[in-house]
Amino acid sequence: MSLATVVVGLVQLALVVVGGPLLLGLMRRVRSRLEGRDGPAIAQPWRDIAKLAHKQRTRPTESSWIFAAAPLVLVATAATVAALGPLISLTPPLAASTDFIAVIFVLLVGSVALALAALDTGTAFGGMGASRALTIGALVEPALLVAVLALSLPLHSTNLVAIVADGLRHASVLVGPSHLLALASFIVVILAESGRLPVDNPSTHLELTMIYEALILEYSGPDLALVTLGESMRLAIWLGLFVNLVAPAGIAANATAAGLVLGVVAVTLKVAVVGVVVAFFEVTTAKLRLFRLPELLAGGFILALLGVVTGAVMR
Amino acid sequence: MSPLSLLAGLGVLAALAALAPRSRRVQLVAAILVAVEAIGAVVSIRVLATDHALMGRTTSLLPITGVRIDLTPLGALFTLTTAFVALAATIHWLGYRRHAMSSVSATSAFALFVTSLLLVPAAGDIVTFLVLWEVMALSSLVLVAHDHASRDEARQAAWWYGAMTQGGAALITLGLVVLGAHAKDPSFSSIAASARHLPGAARAAIFLALFVGFAAKAGLVPAHVWLPRAHAEAPAPASALLSGAMVNLGIYGIVLTRTLLGVGPAWWWLVAGFFGVISALYGSLYAATSTDLKRLLAYSTSDNMGLVVIGLSASGLFYASHPAASSLALVATLFLVTAHALYKSTLFLGAGSVQYATHERNLDQLGGLARTMPATSVAVVIGALAVAALPPLNGFSAEWLVVQSLVHGLASADPVTTVATTVFVAALALTGGLTIVAFVKAVGIGFFGRARSEQAEHAREVPVSMRVGPGITASACVVVGVAPGLALTAITRASAVVAPHPSGLTATLAGFHLGALRGAVDPLALALGAVAATLLVAALRRSRGPRTAAKLRSFEPWGSGRTVTSARMQYTATSFAEPLQRVFDDVLAPQHDLDVSHAVESRYYVERVAYASANDDVVERRLYRPVLALARWWGLRARGIANGSVHRYLAYGFVVLVVALVVVS
Repeated sequence: MSLATVVVGLVQLALVVVGGPLLLGLMRRVRSRLEGRDGPAIAQPWRDIAKLAHKQRTRPTESSWIFAAAPLVLVATAATVAALGPLISLTPPLAASTDFIAVIFVLLVGSVALALAALDTGTAFGGMGASRALTIGALVEPALLVAVLALSLPLHSTNLVAIVADGLRHASVLVGPSHLLALASFIVVILAESGRLPVDNPSTHLELTMIYEALILEYSGPDLALVTLGESMRLAIWLGLFVNLVAPAGIAANATAAGLVLGVVAVTLKVAVVGVVVAFFEVTTAKLRLFRLPELLAGGFILALLGVVTGAVMR
Repeated sequence: MSPLSLLAGLGVLAALAALAPRSRRVQLVAAILVAVEAIGAVVSIRVLATDHALMGRTTSLLPITGVRIDLTPLGALFTLTTAFVALAATIHWLGYRRHAMSSVSATSAFALFVTSLLLVPAAGDIVTFLVLWEVMALSSLVLVAHDHASRDEARQAAWWYGAMTQGGAALITLGLVVLGAHAKDPSFSSIAASARHLPGAARAAIFLALFVGFAAKAGLVPAHVWLPRAHAEAPAPASALLSGAMVNLGIYGIVLTRTLLGVGPAWWWLVAGFFGVISALYGSLYAATSTDLKRLLAYSTSDNMGLVVIGLSASGLFYASHPAASSLALVATLFLVTAHALYKSTLFLGAGSVQYATHERNLDQLGGLARTMPATSVAVVIGALAVAALPPLNGFSAEWLVVQSLVHGLASADPVTTVATTVFVAALALTGGLTIVAFVKAVGIGFFGRARSEQAEHAREVPVSMRVGPGITASACVVVGVAPGLALTAITRASAVVAPHPSGLTATLAGFHLGALRGAVDPLALALGAVAATLLVAALRRSRGPRTAAKLRSFEPWGSGRTVTSARMQYTATSFAEPLQRVFDDVLAPQHDLDVSHAVESRYYVERVAYASANDDVVERRLYRPVLALARWWGLRARGIANGSVHRYLAYGFVVLVVALVVVS
């Protein structure tokens, strides 16, 4: 782990921390515009976080240590992945062991901590949010892992940096049917994992339809600021990894200053474009009923399965 | 031979020491058992360290064949795992005895059970193996039937367990005896040498008999029905051993079958893999929807053994096409077996502590234990996170290794293997997701939130020994997870006994590196990164808060505008699993019963609504019940044949004699 890779990690971390809430703001802004409203400024999530950070912390009367720890775990796991993943450069720290499955599972630790904290509040809402979020999480898992398997086929490796680097080197990999099918299933996975429409409506506060908002209902003040920050970081990471798998162009092959600047600009633009597309998609889609979701997720799984099969056949 | 005969002798001594007076009985037996476990651990560590099997033979113990000992590094790995789990269970028992398991029969059975579990992997021939296998089965049966006097469920569990384990043992005996008939002596090494010359059909039949017999011990679906009953009814130290050590020996048996018969054709492993996938999915689905803490853990055992068999099948399928991936799959499988032993014994001992403190196993009656039983709940949380395969714990490393072996095995797979491998990955993923639901539920409903019953509210932390027991297994989950080096060296040596081709897998202090196969992961680095980030954010949170009101304030949680007063308004384990139950309605086929009784005066007034829902095992209901009903029907009909009349019996003898004479002539 040389100094250059550490710098790459820190730059990525800073980019995700600063950019995550801005991405959220951008997507809200686009949605408002499409709905005919002016909408809040792009920096509004940051203003909210700054305001919340100065409020008093509260907790439900009978909660225990997990309630206080969950926001920390959420942000810390997202920060770990942000520093280690191939976002702006192919030389993040510990590139040899940046495993796709490890990345997924580290992010999962954050989700599990939040679900446990929701159950710890001792209310019906917390339990409802945790139950629904984890049910969706369980059903997403097959699509996610089989998509990873399809992406691993050309190299026979689940090393994330190697997969992105391979796409940069051989453009033919990027347009292969196996790669495209896997990424199509990845879209479903990202929408579900980050609680966007049609899986969950991020702007709802109607108690019986919400999933994610119910999960974090009891958080306030600095804890809520952390949860918001952590969730936006996770969204930025998912989209950042997605755009680099779709089109790795612009990512720095080595850790030179110019390369890093270019990498930052490239990934920011790509994520912004995808964020706008997702926001556009959200405006034109209705939320699915909870019990229709398995069909959507099974669709994602089938796409990933087809990806593996075509990849194996075409070898 | 001498250290193992000392072990066996001390084990028998411990079983006899159960006759000591009640006041000192458990302490005395436990003390001897700790020595037994220490000997088992030392012997197996020596075998693993020197990579040299421990052989021995004596003719004085058993007639005709004598006793043959052959503790290979493979067996030593299982003995070492058992010794560690048994040590934790024995320590836990010192406190648990005030709750249960202090009678002469239970104490003595526990001593025999531990001893036989340690010795089964050391058996070097068929007779030694089967005798020890039976001692293990019978002594554990006594423990499963522990509460037979007071609980009908315990009697039922003992019947099911006894029938299934003896049925399995019959198949194992059949398979081994047929194999042994062709060898020059009953030792496993000469059987392995002679089995290669058997015709293919005979080997296939023997494989199937042995696989089914050992799979029943491992709790694979559909032979799992004894498991949720037996593991739930046995006292906690015994269920920790059933789940942490005994089911492992079913897996040991399947690996042993492979060493005896060779890897064999691919279809063997496709059959095995099919049952592995079914068990993994079925077990995790039932774990996710169970509300009884110990039944949940038992179903999860069935699910984990399914994953283990998936790994074994992958190893068999890749053997010809990709030997390195095949060896990697076997290493991954053995890693998963040891990981499972550690986290599942933690959880069963933890569940025992909860039962000790609250007399309750039903998650819908628990809650809030994280505040009243902090040490126990920390151990259980670690165990649960390890089962859920979250980094940096040992469950994650195991699952990662299994997935890696599948990814690499796909590199040179034929179409059938490709499809099978993809199905394995999908099954692994869905199982992983469902396991997370199951254990977030177990911990979130059982240990966090508000107490749902009087007993849970007034629970007190258990005595020291009951905290130490699960504490050491939970610490082992963390240590093996973040620093896998030593454990992996031992496991690689054990695996090389069966699959000598090197897998290329090496472990540094920080993590796993696959060598020629590309891939690596560093759980230690991930853990350090995440912990550092957590501390940093915690410091930030502290420094940003207002100085005047830095203290955390407690409020009533939001109750839609009303004040939440009742803990019964929380989600329960049943409601938590309800979405999953609806999604998998066709598989689980839960039974609901809604009974509305109206008031006498008017049909428009409802007097009472009774709602009952049962989520019993669908395999048991649809597969076993009809078979049992048929057997019962036949039994009743058969009474007519044997009605006690001597004349009729003499007529039967005459007819059979005539038929025999006709056939012979």
